[in-house]
Amino acid sequence: MDDKAYRPPVQKGLGQFVDALVVLALVYLSLLAPLLLGGTAAESAEPEQKPAATWQALQQNPTMQAQWEKLGHTPETAEPIVTRKFSYDIEPWSLGLTVAVIVAYFFFVLRVSDREYREVINERFGRRTGREE
Amino acid sequence: MGTTTAATAASGKREKIALLKVLGPVHVWALGVGIVLVGEYMGWNFSVAKGGAYGALIACWVIGLLYTCVAMIDSEVTSTVAAAGGQYTQAKHIIGPLMAFNVGLYLVMAYTMLEAADALVVGDLLKAVAAQYGAELDPRPFVVLTIALLAWLNYRGVFMTLTVNFVITAFAFVAIVVLFLGATGIGGGGSVLLHRELLVDLPYGWIGVLAALQFGMWYYLGIEGTCQAAEEVRSAGRSIPLGTMGGMMTLLIAASLTWYVCSGLIPWEYLGQATTPLYDAARLMGSTELEVLLFIGTLFAAVASANGCINDASRAWFSMARDRYMPHWFGAVHPRYRTPYRAILFLIPIAVSFAFTGLLDQVITFSILSGLLGYTFMSFNIVRFRRLWPLGSIERGYVHPYHPLPCIVLGLLCAATYFATYLGYGTSLLSIMAFYILVSIWFVLRRYRYVKRGEQFTMPWPRPKGY
Repeated sequence: MDDKAYRPPVQKGLGQFVDALVVLALVYLSLLAPLLLGGTAAESAEPEQKPAATWQALQQNPTMQAQWEKLGHTPETAEPIVTRKFSYDIEPWSLGLTVAVIVAYFFFVLRVSDREYREVINERFGRRTGREE
Repeated sequence: MGTTTAATAASGKREKIALLKVLGPVHVWALGVGIVLVGEYMGWNFSVAKGGAYGALIACWVIGLLYTCVAMIDSEVTSTVAAAGGQYTQAKHIIGPLMAFNVGLYLVMAYTMLEAADALVVGDLLKAVAAQYGAELDPRPFVVLTIALLAWLNYRGVFMTLTVNFVITAFAFVAIVVLFLGATGIGGGGSVLLHRELLVDLPYGWIGVLAALQFGMWYYLGIEGTCQAAEEVRSAGRSIPLGTMGGMMTLLIAASLTWYVCSGLIPWEYLGQATTPLYDAARLMGSTELEVLLFIGTLFAAVASANGCINDASRAWFSMARDRYMPHWFGAVHPRYRTPYRAILFLIPIAVSFAFTGLLDQVITFSILSGLLGYTFMSFNIVRFRRLWPLGSIERGYVHPYHPLPCIVLGLLCAATYFATYLGYGTSLLSIMAFYILVSIWFVLRRYRYVKRGEQFTMPWPRPKGY
């Protein structure tokens, strides 16, 4: 091990407490962010015409109907479940942004990690004068 | 008792305590399957809502391939880096500190949020059963009680924790097999399955199948937790690959049986939003015995998963704290029970609060995405591992075949699953990525100053090639 090893400062209790809180605050913020930003999880599109609450209108055959009823549902209670539809519209700008964020994240993490890793290896194994083949 | 590592003596000096190597492949299997099996009892079925019943089946097998790659890669690295902290410790030795910090957080977030979802299942199941008998039940006390009891178990010792997990996981798996035998008529009587009448075409086409990949992860999410046992197995080179791959095969079988029974009994629209689909399937079969069996199976699966999650999340948090990646106070070991008790206790109120946010979708997405980020890390971790220490340069417990095919497949399937997450939860995905970016900047600018440098590298390996 290198004699000139890095000696980290000792962190006091209050600092440790604050650090734990910072991470927690960021977690909660990211959980709430989609709501605050107006985006919702699992966005669904309203059907243009709501069918009347009958099994036929909900396109449930007799077997499906029997299973729904065994599960304790009526056409009225089943309607919001059956008519819930997902929208899979792709917005090029938001898809591009998402890809860019993920790529930038990994690029940043790997780049900084490599710099820190060299420091760790140099301290653990000693500084290298030349590059290994 | 198999325990974790260091104890902090009163003098402040740290004494290294070797772990007891008492576990075999069966224990590794029990740990991995225990965390994951709840995914068959709840959660996987949200992929039915995304892409229909056939879409969910395709997602089950495609994501099964993703996890097979994870298991192959993880088996090689874990059997060589046989240390507490799992993938966090691997990242520390192979990629670097910031990646390790992120991987540690992936583990803590994925497991703590999965634990919250598990406890919610326990509460919802009790509420549903009470409603069947005309009673109203507030599930919240049961959610808190479940987490508190399991935390107490974890606090008291890892041996009892994993022993309990083995028993209840085995029961939950057998319950699925019995339900399958009953539904198909193999176990006597005729088949009650109605696939011909209940199955419909892909409701959203192939884009729905892609979208289903996100919740398809629920079938297997957490199998990589087997590596948390690496320091306690008698032979890491034998037990980790056998236990992990055996666990994957078990889960593939359980997932296929679950899909087959549920899609043959439950209309897909109902199945796509059901809280406890296997229990609902048992109800539809009209057998009180099966209903009770699946009620207990669902309960046990959720409890086993929450139990394993507390075990793994606390160890990841503890490992980071021990290295000062997180506040060092959490890196203490209980002087009597030899458990990371501060980490266990700290994560209880956090898991409870996740359960009560009312943002279950967001919490589950956070858990899934944290897992997915971890699998993405594995795909380039193995490439770098082979490059820095080529085969023959260090002793490997296991060498996975066909390299680099598994890591290429893993990378491609991870990309497809990011796209699936974008389709369903695009805003959530960005907000979760923002979390990991902000917390990474915080680590670089503030936290890393408290971390010792050379002491992080603890494996008895030669200098990495190229460094």
